[in-house]
Amino acid sequence: MSRHAGGYNADPRVRRIEWLPWIVALAAFFLLPEYLSLGARILIYVLYALSLDLILGYAGIITLGHSAYFGLGAYVAGILAAKVGITDPMIQLAAAAAAGALLGLVTGAIILRTRALTLLMLTLAITSVLLEIANKATPLTGGADGLSGVVVAPVLGLFKFDIFGKTAYLYCLVVLLAGWWLVRRVIYSPFGTSLTGVRENSLRMHAIGAPVYWRLVLVYTLSATIAGVAGGLLTQTNQFVGLNVLSFESAGELLVMLILGGVGRIYGAFVGPVAYLIAQDLLAKQFPEYWYFGIGTMLVLVVMFARGGILGILDAALARLRRKA
Amino acid sequence: MNLALETRALCKSFGALTVADKIDFRLEAGARHALIGPNGAGKTTFVNMLTGVLAPSSGTIVLGREDITALGQAKRVKRGLGRTFQINALFRRLSVLDNVALGVAERRGVGFRMLRPASAHAEVRAESMALLATLGLAEDADQRILDLPYGKQRLVEIAIALGLKPSVLLLDEPAAGVPSLESDRILQVLDKLPKDIAILIIEHDMDLVFRFAQRITVLVQGEVLVEGTPEEIGRDKRVHQVYLGEQRYA
Repeated sequence: MSRHAGGYNADPRVRRIEWLPWIVALAAFFLLPEYLSLGARILIYVLYALSLDLILGYAGIITLGHSAYFGLGAYVAGILAAKVGITDPMIQLAAAAAAGALLGLVTGAIILRTRALTLLMLTLAITSVLLEIANKATPLTGGADGLSGVVVAPVLGLFKFDIFGKTAYLYCLVVLLAGWWLVRRVIYSPFGTSLTGVRENSLRMHAIGAPVYWRLVLVYTLSATIAGVAGGLLTQTNQFVGLNVLSFESAGELLVMLILGGVGRIYGAFVGPVAYLIAQDLLAKQFPEYWYFGIGTMLVLVVMFARGGILGILDAALARLRRKA
Repeated sequence: MNLALETRALCKSFGALTVADKIDFRLEAGARHALIGPNGAGKTTFVNMLTGVLAPSSGTIVLGREDITALGQAKRVKRGLGRTFQINALFRRLSVLDNVALGVAERRGVGFRMLRPASAHAEVRAESMALLATLGLAEDADQRILDLPYGKQRLVEIAIALGLKPSVLLLDEPAAGVPSLESDRILQVLDKLPKDIAILIIEHDMDLVFRFAQRITVLVQGEVLVEGTPEEIGRDKRVHQVYLGEQRYA
């Protein structure tokens, strides 16, 4: 599970250990049937975190507004289902992806001309503007009450969404598998290697003739597309869209998950949401008023003592063991 | 005379401060040319204008026969203008091979591709390895830049630039910060560079300049003071006065 980086000498084949998350996910389906709703939510957040890892971990684009694309995807799927009458989950998901891509392309083309704090503030502004639009466009979005009445037809006309979350879980797992395959493919490609180059030294990337700006716009659009799909999945599994999907808190929460798991590692996006959402679930049951204290403590410990996140700790421990052996 | 690069009345001002004043400069095809001058003479500003990092306030830059004044950095590189940096500008956490391969891939138009893994582009890897071998860096291909001695890092700078197959190569102090023994190694490498590449070297190490260059331009306070062969420059009293003190190199 060590850091995954592309490169012209990197072996792109899937290693044995990389099957572990999928085995765990399938095992959870059979062994923890009462937690499938939470499981589906975790899978959605893993996909969402993967989209963030692509731009933050590999291209070095800092953002506090990734919820804009996630939220837009969620609303597009929801509006199609509740207002337009399009109930096919694949069409809803494709529309969520297209909306995320379009917004990613347009906003990326504007904000990626800036850097650092200006970029951070602009990402925040985009999600704030979208939140306010969703809040005011009550006839379409339900405003502060949220969008209900979301109808989702059976997947491929065969698998109906059930109250135990079985279909939702497997459906999310398949979409996540496709998202993971895509992200992994990109990271190991020449394009992915060039993104790492941009993150490491954009000055040099300019000097070797790389169109840095367009490369960033492209990866940002791709990331926004995946975030849009994740948002669409959330709508389909919850059959409801609330304003919180567009909130700054949602984007911040995602960032915390990724930092917990480990940035720029692919699988940090798997471990982070699992750790965060399970901790949230357990802590909220034990300490309903103070559960954020536990999350905050985890984050402080990781930032202070384990900059590579949970996977970074594992890597360091394994390296120590190998040295001793 | 076949010119590889030319500037006409190139100026750069920051407010009231003029750092480049009507610089007329000509670099012949295949030339070994040095640009020298005391600190603050405007050498790096000049290179930054040539490469598109800085936009000139006025004047024209011609590469080959094309006016490139309005072109961005990437387009200038695609047209054959390569450079190295005074302070290493490498991908520090990437391997030596990837540092060079990134440039080779851009030149070959591979950098945007997403479908095949980077390692499947054997042509990029082979060309990068061949380049590293010519610079004596083949054994270091898998090393991260972070783990490489400084002198070798300077060679990687040159390798990256060569991977772009430039017609004009701007070397901004290639021996800066390098111990004298390794400086000789850099000079050997420079001597072996393909003769069809026109090279402009900006350097403070006068030994290196006078051993390498066929022509020298002296820049002082943003203006060209004098240009000539190393012998002419070594004899020029104005150069001695503003730059060389009483030392003689001719």
